[in-house]
Amino acid sequence: MTADAGLVAENLTLTRGGREVVRAVSAELVPGQITAITGPNGAGKSSLLLGLAGLLSPADGQVTLEGRALAALAPADRARALGYLPQSPDIAWDVAVENLVALGRLPWRDRGTAEVAAALAALDLEALRKRPVSRLSGGERARVLLARVLAGTPHWILADEPLAAIDLAHQFRLIAHLKACAAAGQGVVIVLHDLALAMNHADRVLVLKDGALLADGPPEIALAPAVIAQGWDTDVTWIGEPGAQALTFPAGGH
Amino acid sequence: MTRANLVFAALLAVLVPLSLLAGRVWIAPGDFGPGNTWLILAELRAPRAVLAVTIGAGLGAAGAAMQGYLRNPLADPGLFGIAPMAALGAVASFWLGSAIPPAWAAWSLPLMALIGAGLGMAALALIAGRTTSDATGGAGGGIALFTLAGLMLASLAGALTALAITLAPNPFALSEIVMWLNGALTDRSWREVAIAAPLTLAGIGVLALAARSLDALTLGEEAARSLGVEPGRLLALLVVGIGLTVGAGVAVAGIIGFVGLIVPHLVRPLTDRLPSSLIVPSALAGACLVLFADSVVRVLPLVTELRLGIALSLIGAPFFGWLLLRMRRGRL
Repeated sequence: MTADAGLVAENLTLTRGGREVVRAVSAELVPGQITAITGPNGAGKSSLLLGLAGLLSPADGQVTLEGRALAALAPADRARALGYLPQSPDIAWDVAVENLVALGRLPWRDRGTAEVAAALAALDLEALRKRPVSRLSGGERARVLLARVLAGTPHWILADEPLAAIDLAHQFRLIAHLKACAAAGQGVVIVLHDLALAMNHADRVLVLKDGALLADGPPEIALAPAVIAQGWDTDVTWIGEPGAQALTFPAGGH
Repeated sequence: MTRANLVFAALLAVLVPLSLLAGRVWIAPGDFGPGNTWLILAELRAPRAVLAVTIGAGLGAAGAAMQGYLRNPLADPGLFGIAPMAALGAVASFWLGSAIPPAWAAWSLPLMALIGAGLGMAALALIAGRTTSDATGGAGGGIALFTLAGLMLASLAGALTALAITLAPNPFALSEIVMWLNGALTDRSWREVAIAAPLTLAGIGVLALAARSLDALTLGEEAARSLGVEPGRLLALLVVGIGLTVGAGVAVAGIIGFVGLIVPHLVRPLTDRLPSSLIVPSALAGACLVLFADSVVRVLPLVTELRLGIALSLIGAPFFGWLLLRMRRGRL
C-alpha cells in the first residue's frame, strides 16, 4: 500500500486555545483496517481525530488524503471522503430517525434514498425509521448516529468514542458493523478509551501521551504492558486468549 | 408543496380579504364602488395589508433561521442586535429632524434605520466573523460568541436609544420617538411597501440559501463542518438575511417583537422539524400572524389604536412563558 492510498499525518502539530494538543505526529493510515487511537485523558486523541478529519487546521505539518493536502480540498469534497462522528453530539431538533440519517447526504446534495436505506438496513434500524430521536435508547441513538455517517458513503469513517455509554451487546454489534466497513475497503479510525476493545478488535493502535505518539503498531505491540506502564503509569498484565483478552491490575498496585 | 406551506398559504388567502374589509369603517364584501370605499381600500388598507404580510414574512423566516442557527427554540431574531441597531438609526433621524433637507424628510427615517441595521450587521461580522473559522482551534467560540456579540450590540443600541430619548430636542420629538419605537402599521403607504418588500424578499432568499447548512447544525458545529458546512459562509448568509428582513421591517414599522420567536413553534409540528423545512412556512405563518394582529388592533374599540408592537408583545410574552414551562417539562 502506498502513501497515496491513505490518510497520512505528516509531522502534524495541532493547537487548541493556544495550547499544543498534538505534537509532531506522523502516521500513515491505510483503508481496510480498524485503527484505534488511544491514550490517557488529555493525551490529544480527539484533537488528533479532528485533525485527521480536516476540522482542525494544523499549526504545523499537514494531513494528506490520497496524496492531496486536506487543507487544499473543497469542504464538500472533503466531506464526501471523510465521515466524522463526534462523541455523543446533542441533537438539536427532535427529528425522525430517517431524516437524521439522511443528513449524511448533505455533502452530496441529493436525497440518496438508496444510501439512506442501505445505512438503515446495515445498522438494523428499519423498524425505527419513523421514530423521533428523543424516543431512542442510548444504543439505538449510537447506531442512528453511525448510520448518518454511513449514509454519506465516505471512504473513511472517523469516530470519536463511538462505543462509550452503550451497553455490551450494542458495543459488539457496532464493532461488527465497523469491521464490516473495514472489510469492504473503508478506512476506520476510532478513538477508544477501553484498551481491551482496542486490543481485541483493532488492526492497528496509535497510543498518544501528552500529544505525542508513544506507540504505533499492531495491538500486541502498541498495547504491550511496557507501553501501558509508560503511557498510563499503571502496571497491568493481559490475560486470556488473543481476540478475547482482558486487563488485570496486580493486587495492591496503583 | 408541503403540508405546512399549504396550511399557512390557505390561511393567508382567507386573512388577506378579511383584513381589507376590517377596520374603523367596515366594508361590506362587494361594496367596491368608486369613492371613499375604493380610496380606503387602495390607499389605506391594501398597502397596510401588504406591509403586514411583508414584515410578518420577514420576521417569521428570520426567526426560523435564527432558531436553526442557535440550535435553540427560544431564539429570536431580536437577539442578533440588528433590530435595536435599526431602531437606533431611526431614532437618530428624529433627532436630526430639522437638519435633514425637506426633500429627503420622508425617506430619512427608513434610510437611517437601514443604515443602523447595516452597521449592526457589519459589527456582528467583524466581531464574530473571524472566530468561526477553525483556525482558532475550534474551541466552540463560534455560535456562542456570536450570540454574545448580538446581545452586546442590542444593549449598546438600547442604551444609545435611551440616551437619545432623554436628550430629545423637544417634547414632540420625544413623544414621536416613543410612539414610533412601539411598532405600528398605521398610516403606512405604498412608499413603505416599496422600501420593505424588495429587501425582505431578498432577505428571505438569502436565508433560504442557508437552509441546508442549518440542517447540518442539528448535529452540532463540528459535525456540521464535517458535512462540508463553511461556518464563515453560513454566518455571512445569516447576517445578511436577518439584516435585510429585520432591518427592512424596523425601517418601515418600528420594533415588532416576538413574531420570530412564536411563529416557528406554530409551524414545527407540521414539518419534519429540520430548519430547512421551516423557513418558507414560517414566512407564510409570520405573514398570517402580523396581518391578523394588525387587523385586530384596528377594530378594537379603543380611543386610540393599540400599537401593533405592543399588541404582539402582549401575546408574545405569555407565549414565551408557556414555552419555558414546556421546556421545563422536557417537551420542547
